[in-house]
Amino acid sequence: MASVEFKNVSKSFNAFKAVSDVSLDIGDGEFVCLLGPSGCGKTTSLRMMAGLETPTSGQILIGGKEVTHLHPKDRNIAMVFQDYALYPHMNLADNMAYPLKVRGEPVQKRHARAREVADVLKIGHLMDRLPSQISGGQQQRTSLARALVYPAQVYLFDEPLSNLDAKLRLEARGFLNHLQRDMGMTAVYVTHDQAEAMALATRIAVMDQGKIVQYASPIEIYRRPATTFVANFVGNPPMNLVEVECEQGEGQLLLKGEGLTMQGLPMTDAIGKALATSGKKLTLGVRPEHLAIAAAGASNTVTAPLFANENMGPESLVTLDRGENARITARIFTDDHLNVDKVVTLSFLAEHVHLFDGTGKRIPVAGE
Amino acid sequence: MTTEPITSKPRRKVRNFSLLSNRAGAAFMLPAGLLVSVFVIVPFFWVIFVSFTNRTLIGRTALNPEFVGLGNYLALFDPATFFQRGQFGFSLILTTQFVLASALIGQALLGLLLAWLIQTVPPWVKRITETFVIAAWILPEVVIGFAWFAFLDRDQGTLNALLTGFGLPPGDFLLEQPFWVIVVFNTWRGAAFSMMLFNSAFSSIPPSYFQAADVAGASSWQKFRDIGLPLIRGHIVTDLILITMWTFNTFTPFLLTNGGPSYRTELVSIYNYRVAFQDFQFGKGAAVGVIMMLINLAFALVYLSLGRKKAPKS
Amino acid sequence: MKLTLPAYVGRIAFSALAALIGAIFALPLIWFIFAPFNARAELGLAIPDPWTLSNFATVFGNSYAVQALWNSFIQATGGVILVGAAATLAAYALSRSSVPGKGAVTYTLLLFSSVVSGSAAMVPIFLIVSAMGIMDTHIAVILTFAGGLLPTAMFILRDFIDSIPKSYEESAMVAGASPVQAFFDVALPVIRPGIVVVVVWAFVNIWGSFLIPFILLRSSDNMPASVAIYSFYSEAGTPIVTLLAAYALIYSLPVVALYLFVSWKFGFRFFGGIKA
Repeated sequence: MASVEFKNVSKSFNAFKAVSDVSLDIGDGEFVCLLGPSGCGKTTSLRMMAGLETPTSGQILIGGKEVTHLHPKDRNIAMVFQDYALYPHMNLADNMAYPLKVRGEPVQKRHARAREVADVLKIGHLMDRLPSQISGGQQQRTSLARALVYPAQVYLFDEPLSNLDAKLRLEARGFLNHLQRDMGMTAVYVTHDQAEAMALATRIAVMDQGKIVQYASPIEIYRRPATTFVANFVGNPPMNLVEVECEQGEGQLLLKGEGLTMQGLPMTDAIGKALATSGKKLTLGVRPEHLAIAAAGASNTVTAPLFANENMGPESLVTLDRGENARITARIFTDDHLNVDKVVTLSFLAEHVHLFDGTGKRIPVAGE
Repeated sequence: MTTEPITSKPRRKVRNFSLLSNRAGAAFMLPAGLLVSVFVIVPFFWVIFVSFTNRTLIGRTALNPEFVGLGNYLALFDPATFFQRGQFGFSLILTTQFVLASALIGQALLGLLLAWLIQTVPPWVKRITETFVIAAWILPEVVIGFAWFAFLDRDQGTLNALLTGFGLPPGDFLLEQPFWVIVVFNTWRGAAFSMMLFNSAFSSIPPSYFQAADVAGASSWQKFRDIGLPLIRGHIVTDLILITMWTFNTFTPFLLTNGGPSYRTELVSIYNYRVAFQDFQFGKGAAVGVIMMLINLAFALVYLSLGRKKAPKS
Repeated sequence: MKLTLPAYVGRIAFSALAALIGAIFALPLIWFIFAPFNARAELGLAIPDPWTLSNFATVFGNSYAVQALWNSFIQATGGVILVGAAATLAAYALSRSSVPGKGAVTYTLLLFSSVVSGSAAMVPIFLIVSAMGIMDTHIAVILTFAGGLLPTAMFILRDFIDSIPKSYEESAMVAGASPVQAFFDVALPVIRPGIVVVVVWAFVNIWGSFLIPFILLRSSDNMPASVAIYSFYSEAGTPIVTLLAAYALIYSLPVVALYLFVSWKFGFRFFGGIKA
């Protein structure tokens, strides 16, 4: 296993800047997810690690050695592709053993090793089949087996679960998590599914428009999203973001938005600085799971007409309508039918509030 | 697991990774490039050069051709003889009529009709009809030429036997109506391509379009006119250009008529052959070739520009 | 669903029309079903009595006819090997390398190949072959066809290779394969169906062609079957119909067999689109 390092890496395709000035270091044995919407540069970054794209500028190091211009075959890495890339003319045994074949291993040895890995992945009984004769989930495991069959320095995953249906995806995700705990491999995993990133990663690099917006542990990203983009991208449903105006009291703040009031937020230097640059307008964020149906006399509340009330089994999603693109959703944990009025008031605690300045950057709260 | 880096020979730096390096790519293209250059690109320019000379196949000017400027072109377009039988103008007009009648009208319309018909008929009728239409197209041209030679034979041919059977007068069609013989012949020979192209165009239309029209109460003709035809317009244009080019260049009627009798079926391709290889006038033949290529070029440019427009711009 | 009477009549009319057209297309070919098996065949349509294979025996006893079939085979096979190999390499490079100007190369090739047809370029092709000193040889026909068919073959194959995900070769290289290994172990087997189609297409084209060998070959030792058949029926005197019928049938068989093979293996339309 080995570490991976990006030093000011950029990649342009003609006029389009896919990755711009990215620096990233991935420790030995870490499982890092590159998370972001399509076109954010995450796949390009992964392909540069593999050697399938060459950076326009910057350096890439694997295990402390520079590999920026090294051919993929000389990097000793393994990769699982989104479309699996199983060779249609080879049976599963030959598919899995192919990396050993190009390493000059004798037939018997490489088939024995493939069989070992296949047994772990519960596809050992399919070794004579062609890829076209097995199911999607089995194909996914075959491509994983082909990556695991030889000891690589780094394991790269390019959205490996996105072609599976929801149930199989959960199962495969759990297995990958188990594998990581078992092997302690260094892995880089590209996904646009925030739940997958949260479940698997030791650290997540959230990317947007070719840049890393935040690089931190899943808990940190959930608790302290660096920008409104991260806040909106991680969490399901995403964080509610409300435009508010601030009025300063004595060492305290009064926040007001459409139908929303919040009192008693302690004033800090950071908030003061933000107010100085972006006027009185800030963005307030609260996660859906931190909203509750307000009891009488609650202090921090938002009130609006009910838009939808969706019962999901263990929880209900209650959505309030504050105009297009300004809806607020609450996750109310109850397995009972939730009765709500036509106009709903939700409440939240001050400790669950996130504040973002005019540029969308997080403002550290007191004690951070 | 342990980490064991692959040991390998000294590595060249990859400037910009692609699956095949530029050097290997160039090497891969070399054999094809050479063959195409020598047998396609060089002939294109050589024919232009030869067309300005009086080169012949035999005799003094075979080895030492002289430069004659536009002489060959002036001879081809000499107004005094241009329209006479056996001259270039006659041949060019004949070819135009041949393309119009046998390709644009014959092949395209018959192909369209067949493609529409076999959408609706029972599978076994479809299979039998398709088999014969396609057989006419895939069999080698000399076999087809001989088949028609036998079919049209004045004394024993199947056609005259049939006509007599129906109480109609038989005829020596190769002698009496040679132009219409090669028109029918070429329509018969080439209709399969249009049929298959239109057939695949029709079957690429989602059946729900026609079902919606059925529900709305459209007749078969209305479905053809209002849904089928507009949706395959692009295919029709492609088809017309391709069959025009092929029919313009075809040499197959030579196998049935030899260009005769008395030049009445002498298409430009056959005229070119006669001038160059029977009259041995290479310079003049080259000039005919240049004119044919210019006409081909016009059609090819139209065709390729259509193809480019169709390709997504991403 | 119950059909109304007019709709029913309409259906029958459609079928009748389709069948009629099919029959008209069949007419000139019916003769070929009977004559090869009729020892006394003439140009007229007659059901053999008795059916016999004696005409075929005559063909195989005629050394000129057998030699011509063999010549056709040599020329078509030689051409196909050249076209298949050169087109595969070039199409792979056009699809997978980033050699500058490859788009322009493809466009130019396509343009030239549709402009320089055999009947327009017969004079310069003759002159080039004669300048190379290979007039009246198999190699002249093979090279001419290879050059002429290559642009289209490359274009078909490039489209085919473009439709194959690059992740096949990429995964092989990440796993440690060199570009050469990735090409032979992974890419080549995956593009084999495309190569088969191109090879069959080229074979049928060369096997059935008349004009190019007619111009480039002089001696009867090198004539392919197409030119032999033409001289059998066009030269003075009455053609030996019995021999010709059987010979033309034998000569057509490979084309029909290959056509059936491709339409069975790859579907009807695929082959339909590419015969040029």
